[in-house]
Amino acid sequence: MTAASPARPETSHALEVSAVGLTYRTSSGSVEALRSITLDVADGEFVSVVGPSGCGKSSLLKLILGLERATRGSLAVDGRKIAGPSRGVGAVFQAPVLLPWRTIEENVLLPADVMKLDRPRATERAHALLQMAGLGGFERKYPYELSGGMQHRASIVRALVHDPKLLIMDEPFAALDAITREQMATELQRIWMDSRKTVMFITHSISEAVFLSDRIAVMSARPGRIVDIFNNRAPRPRSFADLLSPALAELSAEIRRSLDLACAA
Amino acid sequence: MADIVNTEPKAAEAVPRRRASGIAWRILERLLSLTILLLIIEGGIRGFEVPPYVFPTPSAIGVALYQGVAGGTYLPALAVTLTEILIGFVIGSTCGILLGIAMVQVPLLDRIVYPYVVGLQTVPKVAIAPLMIVWFGFGISSKIFIVAVTCLFPSLINTIAGLRAVDSDRIALITAMCGTRAQLLRYVQLPNALPYIMAGLNTGIVLAVIGAIVGEFVGAKTGIGVLILQANFGLDLASMFAVLVLIAVTGVVLNLILRLVETRLCFWSGKATK
Repeated sequence: MTAASPARPETSHALEVSAVGLTYRTSSGSVEALRSITLDVADGEFVSVVGPSGCGKSSLLKLILGLERATRGSLAVDGRKIAGPSRGVGAVFQAPVLLPWRTIEENVLLPADVMKLDRPRATERAHALLQMAGLGGFERKYPYELSGGMQHRASIVRALVHDPKLLIMDEPFAALDAITREQMATELQRIWMDSRKTVMFITHSISEAVFLSDRIAVMSARPGRIVDIFNNRAPRPRSFADLLSPALAELSAEIRRSLDLACAA
Repeated sequence: MADIVNTEPKAAEAVPRRRASGIAWRILERLLSLTILLLIIEGGIRGFEVPPYVFPTPSAIGVALYQGVAGGTYLPALAVTLTEILIGFVIGSTCGILLGIAMVQVPLLDRIVYPYVVGLQTVPKVAIAPLMIVWFGFGISSKIFIVAVTCLFPSLINTIAGLRAVDSDRIALITAMCGTRAQLLRYVQLPNALPYIMAGLNTGIVLAVIGAIVGEFVGAKTGIGVLILQANFGLDLASMFAVLVLIAVTGVVLNLILRLVETRLCFWSGKATK
C-alpha cells in the first residue's frame, strides 16, 4: 500500500489521460488549471481523485465528459480519443439534476430518449437498475416526492441506463448529511460490485475515497497536478468500520499527509 | 397600454385537490362579501340621494343587466367580442411563443427583431386602432388583429425569459449525453419555460379583453364596446355598468380557466428539486 507508479500492467484501459494540460484564457491573462496529468484507469477499476478546492478536479471531469477541450495532451475512453461528449461515458453530478416534470422512470430514461436507444429494452434495463438501487416501486413518482438520497440514487441509475463503459462521479454525495453519505457510499459499492463499471470518483472526503476505491489519486492546488497515487487492495465488500483497521487507517493517514503537502504547495 | 410585462412564474398552489367543503366555503365567502359590499353601496346611494345619472344603484344595474340579457342584446354582442378575444389571443400568443423560441435559438434574429417588437409594443394600441379599421374594415378581423398584437408581447417576453432561465447543470446533463440543441430545447428548455409562458398567457388574456374593447370603441358594428358607447351616449349609466360587469366577469372567467390549465400543466412548478 505504498505510492505506486501510474504505469500498471493492465492490458485494457477504460480511460487514458496522457500528459493533459489545460489553460483558461481570461481577461486578466491566462490561468493554468491543469498541468501534465497522466492517469490510466483499468477496466472495471474504481479510482478516486481527492484534492483541495480549486485543484482542477472539476476541470479534469469536464475534459473527460468532452464538455471542454484539453490545451495539451490527450484523453481516450476505451481506446478512442475524446473529441466531444461520448456515449461511452455516464455522468453523475454534485446535484441529482432530475427534471421535475418527468417521473423517476422518465428521468432515468432521459439518456435513452436523447441517444434514441431502443425504448422497450432501455425500459427493461431501467427497471432492473432501479430495483438494484432500491427504487423499485418509485418509477411513477416525481423527483420532489423522493428524499435527497433517493434522488441521488436515481441520478446514478440514469448515468448507468445506456450501459456506459465509464462512470464519472463529481462529488455526488457532497450535499448530503454524514450518515446518508455513508449509506450512499455503501450502496454505490454494492451497485459497482454488481455492474462492474469503471468508475472515476471525485471527492473531498478521504474516508469515502479509501472506502470505495482501488486507487486514490491526490491532486495539488493550482495548477492541478497528480502528486501521489495510492493503491488500496483491501477485500470487498468493505464497511466503514473497516476503515479503522490498521492497514486502512495507515493508508488514510498517508493520504492525509500527501493532501496536506499538496495544500501547502 | 405600453406595458412591458415580465411575470415570474407563480408558485403552484400546494394542494391540487381541495376538499369539496373547502371549495363551497370559498364560494360562500366571496358571495357573502360581495353582497355586503353591494348593500353598502346601495344604502349609500339611496341615503345620500345620488342621482342615477351620476351613479346608478346596484339594484338598477342588476335590472339593466337582466333586461339586456333577457332582451337578447347583450349575449350576441358578448359572443362577437369573445370571438375576437379568443381568436386574437390564440394567434397573438402562438406568434409570440414561436418568435420567442426562434429569437433564443438565433441570436442574430434576437438582435434584429427585438427593437421592432419593443417599438411596436410602445405604440399605444388606441393609436393604431384607426389604422386597423382602415386596413381590415369594421368587421371582426380588425379587432382580432388588435388583440393579437396586444397579446404577442407578454407571451414573447415570457417565452424568452423561460427558455433562458435554464440551470447550467441541466444544459451540461443534455450536452454530456451527446444531445443536440433541438433535444435541449425539447427535453429541458421548453418544459422549463412552461410556467413562464403560462404567466405570459395569463397577462395576455387580460390585455386581450382590453384590446378588443378598445378596437370596438374605434369602429365596430357590434360588440361589448359598441354597447358601452351606446349606453354612454344615452347617459344610461345603469346599462353601462351592467355591460362593464359583463366584461369584467368574462375577464375573470378567462383568467380562471388559464390558471386551472396552469396548475394542471405546471404541477411541478415551485416544488423543490435540484
